[in-house]
Amino acid sequence: MEPIRVIETRTVVIPRENVDTDQIIPGRFLKVTDKKGLGKGLFSDWRYDADGKPRPDFVLNRPEAQGCRVLVAGDNFGCGSSREHAPWALVDYGFQAVVSTRIADIFRNNALKNGLIPIVLEPAAVAKLVAAPGASVRIDLGAQSVTLPDGSVATFPIDGFAKYCLMNGVDELGFLLSQDEAIAKFEARG
Amino acid sequence: MTEKTTASQGPRTLFEKVWDAHVVRPETAETPAVLYIDLHLMHEVTSPQAFSMLRERGLKVRRPERTLATTDHSTPTLPRLPDGRWPFFDAQNEAQVAQIERNAKDFGIELHGLGDAQQGVVHVFGPEMGATQPGMTVVCGDSHTATHGAFGALAFGIGTSEVGHVLATQCLLQRKPRSLAIRVDGRLQPGVTAKDLVLAIIAQIGVGGGTGHVMEFVGPAVRALTMEGRMTLCNMAIEGGARAGLVAPDDATFEWLAGKPRAPKGAAWDAAVARWRKLPTDEGARYDREVTVDVSRLEPMITFGTNPAQGIPVTGAIPDPAAAKDAAARATLESALRYMALTPGKPILGQKVDVVFVGSCTNGRLEDLREAAKVMRGRKVKTRTLVVAGSHAVKKAAEAEGLDRIFREAGAEWREPGCSMCLAMNGDMLQPGQYCVSTSNRNFEGRQGPGGRTLLASPATAAAAAVSGAVADPRRLVEGK
Ligand code: SF4
Repeated sequence: MEPIRVIETRTVVIPRENVDTDQIIPGRFLKVTDKKGLGKGLFSDWRYDADGKPRPDFVLNRPEAQGCRVLVAGDNFGCGSSREHAPWALVDYGFQAVVSTRIADIFRNNALKNGLIPIVLEPAAVAKLVAAPGASVRIDLGAQSVTLPDGSVATFPIDGFAKYCLMNGVDELGFLLSQDEAIAKFEARG
Repeated sequence: MTEKTTASQGPRTLFEKVWDAHVVRPETAETPAVLYIDLHLMHEVTSPQAFSMLRERGLKVRRPERTLATTDHSTPTLPRLPDGRWPFFDAQNEAQVAQIERNAKDFGIELHGLGDAQQGVVHVFGPEMGATQPGMTVVCGDSHTATHGAFGALAFGIGTSEVGHVLATQCLLQRKPRSLAIRVDGRLQPGVTAKDLVLAIIAQIGVGGGTGHVMEFVGPAVRALTMEGRMTLCNMAIEGGARAGLVAPDDATFEWLAGKPRAPKGAAWDAAVARWRKLPTDEGARYDREVTVDVSRLEPMITFGTNPAQGIPVTGAIPDPAAAKDAAARATLESALRYMALTPGKPILGQKVDVVFVGSCTNGRLEDLREAAKVMRGRKVKTRTLVVAGSHAVKKAAEAEGLDRIFREAGAEWREPGCSMCLAMNGDMLQPGQYCVSTSNRNFEGRQGPGGRTLLASPATAAAAAVSGAVADPRRLVEGK
């Protein structure tokens, strides 16, 4: 994983509430045995019609959405299944952060393990982003802050350990493996 | 592996007791807790990349005997072909099943795959194996792992990276969730089931209402539920956003578990039961939040929208977005009704139905099939109807009491066990625009096939829809009513 510090990009806005993992990546794309290429299936049923043609009215198909690396969505983003394919698809497509007023637990955990920053902001801050699709934002992971379209700065919570992993491009497994002795002791207590 | 430490003083909740007993290293400001996992369940969809990671890093599985695998999502629900092959929907399904067979063999994991007498939907199969036991920590790369909380186990879904963590270390890094008590008062009326109860709870708290929490279901209506009912209830805790659902173990739990393949035997059983009896929440223990639901007037529920919180009594009417509490709620409702092509204000009773699906880890157990059979007995289905037992053990038990005959005589398809039309990965799917009354747990857009429209309900309500060709009230169809 690449270390992440600061992201400067424009936003893509999907203002819907409860965007579930079946929308992010439908079940039929879960038949793979590796992680690569899932970006093609991202939001597939919203992006393409039944014949596989792009729907011109869906935000990801608009020219101004190209190259944007932050997705802003309505409340409770990522609810539903535990499929890590959801963050894999978002990352494969090119997203580096998701912003909402609430992010589902398992999705948040999965996102953190894949270099996708789950950012929860106050409703008023998200409302500013939703009102200005395509706005340029600056996300500073170290400061845990997002610069909003009106120039104001909003901060977001993130678990300290997850933040450390993201900023240094390391994963949690190394830490768990280093606990071998403690785990063995726990197991010995039977 | 229960009751080893008593980290917190004073009265504790069931959740706290299980949590405390599994902390290998306590959480600090810098690092989450290292939590030991007793049981790791596995299926073919969310595991392949975890094994790839192990191979890439040259890691072994720390405790292979603590992982138990089956195949369910990609498997066909049609019988084996005369030449011995399985009628897979496509080559990708077949490759995924072959992959878990190879991984299980290479890493020494017990797999009950296609052709095995125990194979089934992972959350039906785990309890039937007696693998899920009170006081355990149970995880699986699957959000409906919440199901196992019905036994008083702390059970939650994880992603594939975490599947890799558990394989390599038998542990997970976790921040302690908050606790939420759902107090269910009153008594369920005849014809009203655990499924109706959980749909009502989610309608009340919302699909994100439990985010960040472990939900414990308490109160007289919960104690009165069978184990099957408790599993249905906990199964859908995740649809209310909760990490896990919990029901305290009691005699009903122990009776259900006794004699199951992996349940302790003899003196070990007695010792286990004595330990399990100490698990229920202590008097005076505090939850972070509490919600109360009264079920005395609850009716059979059905969803009309595209998330599980969009449910109404089967005798109710489609809500009007104009009456929504704010703009966001209005937009959510409008988009759901547009997708479902349903008209505000119209009764849901009589809504045309094209397909009925009885099955899944929510309602694919013996009791569920009995409920559906009660309604279908002596009647003919008017829609395509799939009845899919949750596991081979359920299928066998159902056939032993002749339920399969009732379904077949009614004109329903009696299929082989698996996830089937719950998520439409194996070719069992809706056509665009079709309406399906389904006993599964998710009515998300396209969940049962692109463009398909799902109405979630209990097995009895699904069966009533099957024999009516439209949404119907099962209470009017059951014998003696
Ligand atoms: S039955 Fe449905 S919800 Fe349950 S494990 Fe299978 S796909 Fe998931």
